[in-house]
Amino acid sequence: MATAAAHRPAHADGTAHMDAAAYEAVFDAAVAADERIEPRDWMPDAYRATLVRQIAQHAHSEIIGMQPEANWITRAPSLRRKAILMAKVQDEAGHGLYLYSAAETLGTSRDELLDKLHTGRQKYSSIFNYPTLTWADVGAIGWLVDGAAITNQVPLCRCSYGPYARAMVRICKEESFHQRQGYELLMTLSHGTPEQHAMAQDAVDRWWWPSLMMFGPPDDESAHSAQSMAWKIKRHSNDELRQRFVDICVPQAESLGLTLPDPDLTWNEERGHYDFGPIDWTEFRDVLKGNGPCNEQRLTQRRRAHDDGAWVRDAAAAYAAKHNATGTADASARTAGGPSADQTDENGKA
Amino acid sequence: MTATLHTTAALALGDDALVLSHRLGEWAGHAPVLEEEVALANIALDLLGQARVLLSMVGDEDELAYLREERAFRNLQLVEQPNGDFAHTIARQLYFSTYQRLLYTHLAAADGEFAGLAAKAVKEVAYHQDHAEQWTLRLGDGTDVSHERMQRACRTLWRFTGEMFQPVEGLDIDWTGIKTAWLESVGDILRRATLDIPEGPQAGAWTAGAGRQGLHTESFGRMLAEMQHLHRSHPGASW
Repeated sequence: MATAAAHRPAHADGTAHMDAAAYEAVFDAAVAADERIEPRDWMPDAYRATLVRQIAQHAHSEIIGMQPEANWITRAPSLRRKAILMAKVQDEAGHGLYLYSAAETLGTSRDELLDKLHTGRQKYSSIFNYPTLTWADVGAIGWLVDGAAITNQVPLCRCSYGPYARAMVRICKEESFHQRQGYELLMTLSHGTPEQHAMAQDAVDRWWWPSLMMFGPPDDESAHSAQSMAWKIKRHSNDELRQRFVDICVPQAESLGLTLPDPDLTWNEERGHYDFGPIDWTEFRDVLKGNGPCNEQRLTQRRRAHDDGAWVRDAAAAYAAKHNATGTADASARTAGGPSADQTDENGKA
Repeated sequence: MTATLHTTAALALGDDALVLSHRLGEWAGHAPVLEEEVALANIALDLLGQARVLLSMVGDEDELAYLREERAFRNLQLVEQPNGDFAHTIARQLYFSTYQRLLYTHLAAADGEFAGLAAKAVKEVAYHQDHAEQWTLRLGDGTDVSHERMQRACRTLWRFTGEMFQPVEGLDIDWTGIKTAWLESVGDILRRATLDIPEGPQAGAWTAGAGRQGLHTESFGRMLAEMQHLHRSHPGASW
């Protein structure tokens, strides 16, 4: 943080008290100066709530997002692809960990957030309510879904809240691997047998429009956008990012030898962008409401994993309590979360 | 002659790693806590890496993994056992990682064709065993429920452990020494976890050495059906 003192006005000049307006002025000035807000800094309640909501939704998306891809781990058609896919799904669990930790710096525990996910009080990205029907879907998710996610997330590396911004730097690096593996997977299928090519085209046809919906509703209907932009949590509007994504994808689709399922897709010389057809927002809202093909399935699996694991978490907690009480060294070095905390992605990076 | 011995041993070790990696991969999205999603995937990836090196010593890794019939696989029956609950997975990990650690330590110290692989793998396997040990302690000495589940898992899988000490052609190993060390190590961990060391033979007439000879248990066929179907549906395709 550039000017730590400026963020802690109560201590900066030795005075004991400042009123809320003064705190807010200091906060606003820090945001305006593009400084990072850190966990111990004063921040408006609404800023904190917005961040918790957004980071939680992002974390939930990572762990629910493991499901459609894990669906293909046991059927991956080569050992190389299997290693890449396992590493990718593992990365997503890791992203979930960083993000829940970032939310914890705002005073909200992982358990609390998971409970909100499991009871439907917090959402995850609607894209994961679509099914992965063939192997090519793994490629389409990498290319389009991870591609859209990166377009959304790169600006978050400059988000005003420090822990979130730093988590995003690491996440974006890994997402860019994921996007490339998806593109490369589709390239192989597109130039493979006629059946493989058809499989790739079918996957792109199904994932294209839902990927465009990932940027959220159009700017004039976006509920949270204006305030988030002012707070520099968000840096670009939904429509801006969506356009950026379309402009990136069109030439990539040509290189892949695949078509995008939009007859209105044309280069607009005047705008310097591709025009694209209307998005079916009725479908978007419908899936968001819970009526997508996999909403029920995703949440049921998540709840079941959590419920089935309760006895394991209880055992770890009981063990820690017992051995901390008796001072056994064995337990003290470990957390109730299990022995694996330091063993994140050391290997298997594709 | 040497080539044959080499092939038998590479397939035995490679299939162990391949099959256990697959089983651990089935946990993705189902683990009891987020940290275990990361840890189980990590172990699965280590094993898959070992499998790819070992199978490539014999031939094309994908042909061997995807186009062999069930009876041609040489893995232990232990590693093909379904995941069961988390306790079963941990008991399977404890038994196998202790064996693999002892075996690879010997192979790494010797001068043979597996020394290079074993030297690298033994570091990974040391972590796998530590992971299994830490969870065995927690489940065994956690709650009444976890103790009961872990005890049952250790008992259920016990009869598959004897096969590990059947000599594998092409590996110059003191198998009796490995068995003694294994019993000592696993026994010590179970005792510290307040678990009873299972009684009874470590292998029945049917299970003794059967996996290494291509005789497997019923669930293995279904596992292979799932693993191989896409690859087999597109003969000759590249992925």
